[in-house]
Amino acid sequence: MNFDFSDDQQAIKRTAKDLLADRFKFERVRELAEASAYDDDAWKELSQLGWPGIFIDEEHGGQGLGMVELVILLEELGYALAPIPFLSNATAGLIIQAAGSDEQKARWLPGIASGELRGAAGLVRQGEAKLVPDADSADVIVLCSSDERTVVERLAADVQPVATMDTTRHFARVRADGAGEALEGDHRQGMSCAALAVAAELTGVAQRALEMAVEYARDRKQFGRPIGAYQAVSHRCAQMLLETEGARSASYYAAWVADAEPELLALAGSMAKAYASDAGWRVCSSALQVHGGIAFTWEHDLHFFLKRAKVDALLWGSAADHREKVADLSRAREEASVA
Amino acid sequence: MDLTLSPSEQAFRDELRAWLAENHPGEDPPGDDAAFEHRRGWQKRLFDAGYAGFSWPKEYGGRGATLVEQALFGEEMARAKAPSPVNVLGMVMGGPVVITHGTDAQKERWLEPILTGDEIWCQGFSEPESGSDLASLKTRAVKSNGEWIVTGQKVWTTYAHRAKWCMLVARTDPDVPKHQGLTYFIMDMEQEEVQVRPLHQITREPEFNELFMEEARIPDENVVGGVGNGWAVAITTLMNERAGLGAASAAGVRIALEELKQLARERGADEDPLIRQRLAQLTIEAELLRLNSWRGLTQIMKRGVPGPEGSLPKWQWSEVNQALSEVAVDILGEEGAYWDSPWTYRLLRSRANSIEGGTTEILKNIVAERVLGLPKLR
Repeated sequence: MNFDFSDDQQAIKRTAKDLLADRFKFERVRELAEASAYDDDAWKELSQLGWPGIFIDEEHGGQGLGMVELVILLEELGYALAPIPFLSNATAGLIIQAAGSDEQKARWLPGIASGELRGAAGLVRQGEAKLVPDADSADVIVLCSSDERTVVERLAADVQPVATMDTTRHFARVRADGAGEALEGDHRQGMSCAALAVAAELTGVAQRALEMAVEYARDRKQFGRPIGAYQAVSHRCAQMLLETEGARSASYYAAWVADAEPELLALAGSMAKAYASDAGWRVCSSALQVHGGIAFTWEHDLHFFLKRAKVDALLWGSAADHREKVADLSRAREEASVA
Repeated sequence: MDLTLSPSEQAFRDELRAWLAENHPGEDPPGDDAAFEHRRGWQKRLFDAGYAGFSWPKEYGGRGATLVEQALFGEEMARAKAPSPVNVLGMVMGGPVVITHGTDAQKERWLEPILTGDEIWCQGFSEPESGSDLASLKTRAVKSNGEWIVTGQKVWTTYAHRAKWCMLVARTDPDVPKHQGLTYFIMDMEQEEVQVRPLHQITREPEFNELFMEEARIPDENVVGGVGNGWAVAITTLMNERAGLGAASAAGVRIALEELKQLARERGADEDPLIRQRLAQLTIEAELLRLNSWRGLTQIMKRGVPGPEGSLPKWQWSEVNQALSEVAVDILGEEGAYWDSPWTYRLLRSRANSIEGGTTEILKNIVAERVLGLPKLR
């Protein structure tokens, strides 16, 4: 029984953290957000390092690693608020890998793994996916609901870019309207992986907000002392830690389950998405409160994290949606274990 | 990362599970004395099977269990709804303190009777004026003719009316800073100078007691860890108390949650969307208690000592346990008011969870100061 990462996994985490800290000082993130742009050079560089295909099998040009490694990367990417289309591409790859036929996988996965092709994916309700990250620049778009699983080329789909509060990312509303082709297999594990990917990103976002709040609470002085000395503030920070660690435990566990005990993924993935969705927003809101007025300004960095947290919470099912799934799945599991 | 059990861990768990299935003592019979004897018998049975003092080193009569085995033990006991053994304070706190800080003579004298349940232990720390600020305690011990004379009052003393020995922290030097003037004693409860008065709590049971010492006597050999060293020894006790809870309490919450879901099904409340959301949230939080305890255990195994993040589980457990009973009473509606419901008992009893064993406010201070590095006000 060992909840720790292997040496290799720890190395991936360390490298990712250092590299992203170096490439994406926050002035750069802000600059790109304000220009509504991504860092194409960084995307090329990370593609060459094998990041987009980290979870894709070697047969299709990936690194042949798993969800644990992907979750490690996504946490660091969330922490850095990295301005690259990593998440969107990864979610497309996850679903195609889970549900594509051999031919479909061979057609799309190598490009997604190498970064030459770009995928995007989103949840469809009543014929429309309302919030698809990077659909506007993707080559292929995966549209899923509990029964639907369509892959459509961007040019064949109805893609309407939409401005959201998360200016670090591009979004679009997408309709397939009969275009595209169905994935052959069961896509639900892929959807769980997509939700888990967002949960991992949310964990990184929460971690960053927590660290910002703690640093501020140590430095900012009022009434002659650092505000973090006051329990109203320090207790708030303790609560932020509790929730961030909860999101982390849930995400790491679900990632391990995805690789080692996939029959448990649906439940573990929904737990992670539900908890991390709440935690991301709550931790960022709380961090804003710790900062007071300064973090209410556009000039302060925190609002970018706050908004990413809120929009991420809405992707691949809300906290309430996933709690509904948890209610169903845990009931089914209890019944199965009694039987 | 590997969250499966190793073959030996698996074998240990299977063996314990089978033993528990066959040896479960059943529920406590009614009546305080009968229940006490029942638990004492249970402890003897655990002792004979080698499961008492499970985490103690082998040379002191324990099994030298690994941290993982200790966690599994706690989980299996909770899963089987086994009652706690009668001498839980002796086994979880008293024994480890004597093992860590005691002399050979003290180990020789005290350890085995803890395990057999022949000598029950209680804890004399908190006072009416000293709860969270334990170091301010006032019970006074004065050296006189080679022994210690103790006068003062303790509160929240579990099992005092059954105990032979009391882990007592008293002030031996009032002229130094408060943390430095304390000494840890093992006091014989069987003397007239020690009076026990039951404390009736809001659940009506007298689970705790007050202790009054009026010139009680403690021989010098019963000082543990040296005169003036009481604070450090007491901290060992408190850290063991907190660390011990982790996996077992997570399992206890899971069991209670299953009962809650059963209740919801019986009442048709599992179709109510609001109740479903709350039950799902409890399911997630109960699972996080389990995952966090395993994650924390991995950290302890790596670093050798429990860290201050050990305060997170107790804090979190108290919130989940309290919320559980609140959902139950909501499901029961007006019947939730009835005194004879186990959920009423849990609703009321759980109010103490965020206070006993370290208040949530103190735990948040520990997390803020020692994990996040925020400055102290005091």
